[in-house]
Amino acid sequence: MKDVTIIGGGVIGCAIARELTRYRLDVLLVESEVEVGFGTSKSNSGIIHGGHHTEPGTLKGELAWAGNQRWVRLAQELGFGFRRNGDLTVAFDESDVEVLERIALQGRERDIPGVEIWGPERIRLEEPNLNQDIIAAVDGPTAGVVNPYEACFALIECAVANGLELRVNAPVTAIEQGADGLLVHAGGDEIPTRFVINAAGVHAEKVARMVGLLEPSIRGRKGEEYLLDKRLAGIVQRTIFPCPTPNSKGILVIPTFDGTIMVGPTAQAVEDLDDVTTTAVGAASTFDLARRLVPGISERDCIAEFAGVRAVAADNDFVIGPTSVAGFFNAAGIQSPGLTAAPAIAELLVTMLGDAGLDLSPRPEFRRTMPRPVHAASISIGELTELAERDRDFARVVCRCELVTEAEIHDAIRRGARTLDGLKFRTRAGMGRCQGGFCTPRCMQLLAADADGGMSDITKRGDGSWLVLDRGDLRGEEVPA
Amino acid sequence: MSTDNDLQTTQYLCIGCPLGCRLEVDEDPAGDIVEIRGFSCRKGKTFAEREHTDPRRMITTTVGVTGGLWARLPVHATEEMPKHQMWDVIDLLRTVSVTAPVAMGDVVVAGILGSEVDVVASRDMPAADPAA
Amino acid sequence: MMSITNLQDQYDVVVVGAGPGGMAAALAALRTGVDSVLMVDREVEPGGILNQCIHNGFGLHHFGEELTGPEYAQRFLTDLLDHHIDIATDCYVLDVTPDRLVTLMSPSVGVRQVLAGAVVLAMGARERTRGAIRIPGRRPSGVMTAGLAQKFVNQMGLLPGRRAVILGSGDIGLIMARRMTLEGVEVPGVFEIMPHANGLTRNIVQCLHDFDIPLHLSTTVVEIHGRDRVEKVTVAPVDERLQPDLSRARTIKCDTLLASIGLIPENELSQKLGLRIDPTTAGPVVSSTMETSRDGVFAAGNVVHIHDLVDFVSQEALLAGENAARYVTGRRPPADNIKLNAGTNVASVVPHTISSDREHTVYLRVRHPLEKSWLRLGEVYEKRLRYVVPAEMVSLKVRPRFLEHFHGDSLTIDIVPRDEPGREEM
Repeated sequence: MKDVTIIGGGVIGCAIARELTRYRLDVLLVESEVEVGFGTSKSNSGIIHGGHHTEPGTLKGELAWAGNQRWVRLAQELGFGFRRNGDLTVAFDESDVEVLERIALQGRERDIPGVEIWGPERIRLEEPNLNQDIIAAVDGPTAGVVNPYEACFALIECAVANGLELRVNAPVTAIEQGADGLLVHAGGDEIPTRFVINAAGVHAEKVARMVGLLEPSIRGRKGEEYLLDKRLAGIVQRTIFPCPTPNSKGILVIPTFDGTIMVGPTAQAVEDLDDVTTTAVGAASTFDLARRLVPGISERDCIAEFAGVRAVAADNDFVIGPTSVAGFFNAAGIQSPGLTAAPAIAELLVTMLGDAGLDLSPRPEFRRTMPRPVHAASISIGELTELAERDRDFARVVCRCELVTEAEIHDAIRRGARTLDGLKFRTRAGMGRCQGGFCTPRCMQLLAADADGGMSDITKRGDGSWLVLDRGDLRGEEVPA
Repeated sequence: MSTDNDLQTTQYLCIGCPLGCRLEVDEDPAGDIVEIRGFSCRKGKTFAEREHTDPRRMITTTVGVTGGLWARLPVHATEEMPKHQMWDVIDLLRTVSVTAPVAMGDVVVAGILGSEVDVVASRDMPAADPAA
Repeated sequence: MMSITNLQDQYDVVVVGAGPGGMAAALAALRTGVDSVLMVDREVEPGGILNQCIHNGFGLHHFGEELTGPEYAQRFLTDLLDHHIDIATDCYVLDVTPDRLVTLMSPSVGVRQVLAGAVVLAMGARERTRGAIRIPGRRPSGVMTAGLAQKFVNQMGLLPGRRAVILGSGDIGLIMARRMTLEGVEVPGVFEIMPHANGLTRNIVQCLHDFDIPLHLSTTVVEIHGRDRVEKVTVAPVDERLQPDLSRARTIKCDTLLASIGLIPENELSQKLGLRIDPTTAGPVVSSTMETSRDGVFAAGNVVHIHDLVDFVSQEALLAGENAARYVTGRRPPADNIKLNAGTNVASVVPHTISSDREHTVYLRVRHPLEKSWLRLGEVYEKRLRYVVPAEMVSLKVRPRFLEHFHGDSLTIDIVPRDEPGREEM
């Protein structure tokens, strides 16, 4: 009997999992994809919001600022990258300035340090590449950036190190009432459990229906993002927000943690909750709007694009907590700023589970830190030389665009990468300019060697996403090698 | 192909230069070339004639190699071969496998399909480094 | 196979890249009389992309006979090995400083620094990807560049899929259409957004026509479908502004989409070195000796500008290698005194400057196809061109006699239709 079963290994499920492993509990996380973070989380903008953008009186607003303050420590403990680069929300005319004043006031009311309004001179000085027509901006120095997939991997690896049971490729098909709890059907198994946490992202409504709940209702809102060549690194230091409208935060210019520039996300209602297509219309409007903020941005520099679907609940706010079904908790409707709020959401849910009778006795042996993976690209030549003296795999480059060594690939596989995307999101191999054109074969070989399998067994991101066929698959007469 | 006054016209695209002339060859019922049109140089005319009467291709492909640096060894025929034989050559070579090391020019199949043409290795293929 | 362990601390010439450009540069440097040359490559063996280009058609200009890619590479390598040269494979150049301190890393030597008298950059090119042209749709597996598919098929003995649509009519795409057909992969069509093919006519005939593979001009892929693996693509014709007409879109079932949509000079190191880059070629600005804007740093081949024939890469790299050696030995030719500008219908000109005292080969790319045209070098020279297309480089020999009476410091090259009356040749 599991104490808690978490459904969904996005950043919310992963954060809850890590939080729960602080206690003497038997915790399981089931994920339908082959690795955690492969749904909406990996397509996230990666912004840790400053806390001043969200309106007062919402759960989102409270948890965003609370979450923001936890990311520094989380990143330190778990060894993933986090940079407080700040954000700037800009105004083109007087009516925008009124909105900025309201945003600044929100910041002051929450006691967020450093939120202030800048005039044109300060803006030119700090961000000279912004549109010269910008007349004012709110500076939010508390905002930051992370790689959302890295956060997911780090959280889950820490949780697993602390005893979490992780089952991937295990979509939940049904949940029944059991003798003294709930019975979760996932990946062909029936799992008895006291508490269930529905962190199924865009599929949270479907999961809630399995226990007969009509709420929450989840609609999908797609966001397309476009990643630009490193050439533009440094064109802005801060995440640039246009003045928000009642409907949207608009298209942002984001310096990602790795230093590349990303533009997006669009916001489009979608019927199909798995609709992660990018569109010509989305690309055109994204670049038009991004260019209005930073005129130097161009389609020509695009190296990759992707889309994710935000899970939007009926009143646009988060849906967190117990339901009318005993033992069934929601962590649903987690749209922006959900990544920012994730650590706070996890703590809130654990408190709620405690209130519902879960025994939260601490595990003294809880291991809060994880070693920071080495990235050859972000250490000095001296450090790399030393590493290579000890392990020559640090001197063998696999991904030339992002400078990823074979030692890093081995480490990522040890940490749980099973697919080409799993390697990519852990090491950045294949994420650069050539988009895997050169490193794909070697990455596949290393994955295959680890799995004692062939190249045709390796997938991009799980079942069905095979990459190559053996020659014999097409013609029967192949001579054995 | 179209027929006009008992003449059969076949079209070709000239590969002599980027111009890519659209060539036409008229053939009478006896199978003799009556007229070649559409070329803008002598090379084009010669090409059309050859392509119509005896089209040939240089065949390049790979064969399996055991214990080599790579899984496939590139090979080629030593001379151009009749175009209609291409698939027979390819199908035969698909069943061939050799063992490393191999030197460039080594004959992989001698006198393929009973012809005078050999199929030879296009490169050296060293044995795989067992440490790699 | 060739990774050296006894790396020296200092070399007369360090060549970055052991493809056709690097090998020719190293050979020329050795023949010009320097003592020590190091050639470095990231792959496990020298030869570069030629090793996977198993088709023939290489070497007509350089060797006077038609060779396959691997043969062309091996001929150069054999010549190189007649000299004393250090070759480091599986070796990555991390950094080159303006005073030519080269940081490299490989499993056999670890991370090391070597000082170079001169450096030749010959890193070649990388392929443009799906992301670069923002093809809408999903991101399943099965979308890859033609060059990656070529490596899978020709070296690793793997197939990219069962049914592959090819986007772009570049030569690699055309060659792969034939290769995959011969290996049993179905190729339902090649789609080219431009109104003209981007590959050589010979490849259109021998790779497509021979196998009844249709080439659809003015047509492009507008959406990729499939959650896990490519399931189909939507294609649509485009108008003169290259905008797709979605009302005439249709879908094609396939499990693979190969992109053959162009090459980009691999210029990470050029950027680290702070070389001046020509935005039209995306490669470094070079003088007539193939020297870049940094003293003693030379460049040649696709890293400078994208070539259509490997023979021209070799020629250019021989020049670069020779001049790198002359730089080291203090026997440099007179400096350039004339700047070349790309004029009407000329997209790029390499080299960017020439010297009036000797003969030069200048390579040009046109912007638009022209049937009959004049090539004009300022007011000093003109010649008739028969047919020019963007896919094929135009080369021009600039001889000292053209410049005998020229006293300016720059010349503009135009390629204009021949219906306007030509001037008499001077």
